[in-house]
Amino acid sequence: MLRGVLPGAFVLIFLLCLTSFTVALAVGGGPKGTTIELAIYQAFRFEFNLGKAASLATIQFGLCGIVALLAFLVPLPKVGDIGLDRLAHQFGARKHRRLDIIWISGAAGFLILPLSAILFRGLGGILSLPGQVFSASITSLLIALISTGVCIFLALGLSLSIAYSRLNTQKIVEGISVLGLSTSPLVVGTGLFLMIFPFVNPASLAIPVTAFVNAMMAMPFALRVLIPAVRDIYNEYLHLRLSLNMGRGIWLMRIVFPRLRRPVGFSAGLVAALSMGDFGVIALFASPDLQTLPLILYRLMGSYQMDQAAAVSVVLVAQSLFLFWIFDRGGRGHTES
Amino acid sequence: MIAGDEDILNLKQTCFRQGKFALTANFEVSKGARIAIIGPSGGGKSTLLHGISGFLKPTTGQVLWEGEPMSDHPGERPLSILFQDHNLFPHLCVADNIAVGINPNMRLSEEQILLAKNALDQVGLSEKAADFPRDLSGGQRGRVGLARILLRKRPLILLDEPFSALGPALKDEMLELLSQILDLTEASALMVTHDTNDAIRFGDQAILVAEGLAHEPQEIQSLFSNPPPALKEYIGDRA
Repeated sequence: MLRGVLPGAFVLIFLLCLTSFTVALAVGGGPKGTTIELAIYQAFRFEFNLGKAASLATIQFGLCGIVALLAFLVPLPKVGDIGLDRLAHQFGARKHRRLDIIWISGAAGFLILPLSAILFRGLGGILSLPGQVFSASITSLLIALISTGVCIFLALGLSLSIAYSRLNTQKIVEGISVLGLSTSPLVVGTGLFLMIFPFVNPASLAIPVTAFVNAMMAMPFALRVLIPAVRDIYNEYLHLRLSLNMGRGIWLMRIVFPRLRRPVGFSAGLVAALSMGDFGVIALFASPDLQTLPLILYRLMGSYQMDQAAAVSVVLVAQSLFLFWIFDRGGRGHTES
Repeated sequence: MIAGDEDILNLKQTCFRQGKFALTANFEVSKGARIAIIGPSGGGKSTLLHGISGFLKPTTGQVLWEGEPMSDHPGERPLSILFQDHNLFPHLCVADNIAVGINPNMRLSEEQILLAKNALDQVGLSEKAADFPRDLSGGQRGRVGLARILLRKRPLILLDEPFSALGPALKDEMLELLSQILDLTEASALMVTHDTNDAIRFGDQAILVAEGLAHEPQEIQSLFSNPPPALKEYIGDRA
């Protein structure tokens, strides 16, 4: 079982690392720590060499494309069935429980330790944060909400038409996750910048462009949740619908949408949280007077104001969690099942 | 009781395909007949039911109702279906789940509301109209399904092992209720079942479906007392 899953997991993780940008930017910087993603950013920000940025983006895209192609040859593991309503049953899992706990807490440590470091250091500083953090948090919220709306709207439409078709859902979902991972926000951002640049000042479109790109980037996550959910509804109730002669409008409004509330809430929460914390496109487009939380965070770190940076991180994490919680909660409604 | 002579449902050398599987059916169903559909798994019982429902189009031949070809749309066929599961929409209350049977909008006229109430009374669930399926037992859910069938008053009822998940006592109860409903609506019924006892309790005739062939309905007692080879193999020594 594991052998079937490992190559796919390897590819997914590889793609994720290949397109990661934020951490390299935050801790790296020197020529040794440069990645292609980072080089794109530098070509933009420091040299404003659009040609170079475009070539770098092409290289990055090609590289990811090759890996993605390879990925189609190996079976990908199923991820993203998380958090719907079925719990996986464990068979004879008790024996390995202790070992599992050690492994999982070890892995969680990678997340929890930095997070608690931030909390420890940043919590006290929240009240003394400058006022611009407040307006930045509103901007971030705005971007997150727009991209959530766009993403869910498009993802719902796609999921519905896929459910109607006789296509192999499993394959589509796999393909989408590879595609989503192999295009990096920075590459898409570069493309959009090049398209917009001759006509308007990209900085004036920073918010809509960022919201849109974030929506696209979060789409695979939303689709991974929504496609199976819609497909389930069709599998389970299509015959009942047909036998009752129920029209398409009623079917969507009274059956499909109400039943999709939970997965839509959950995926909207994911998209909102992702978009809230995104630091890719905005880095290319933002003018100095536009502030989002991740941007402020980066600027504070750049000037070594670590205590304030930690405080902004706390705000960012809290806001992302809160947004996720609101959406997910809204999807659950009154029914606790 | 032996059903009347008037044929209402007619399959003439009708062939249905589902993937590689093909089923040929050639039989008539007379008005008021109660027919058990029996046979081994994979023999084509569900395919037959899907074909009559309209979920599956015949590749050759036709499904005739009172001599005329039936509509291509399952919802326009003169029949009601009780599925094995997924008969009720889980997020709709019992009243809405029944209402959807006569008006998919779930907006009923006063007269229809009264009819729906009566149907719930008949199956003993008048207290449960506002409940949701998750609050009901398996038997009660079956009753809601039957209430909808009663309300729809279609002349043909198709049942796809609807009570197979229920215990013996509950199953008997549901078969009894079904029988009352069929008496009331004077409908004909075809029921797929795995249980030979259920088949005998429910039906006066049985259709044996095996190896891609749906046989003519036969009187159930004589079928079981003198089983053809395919049926013998299926029921073993129990008959």
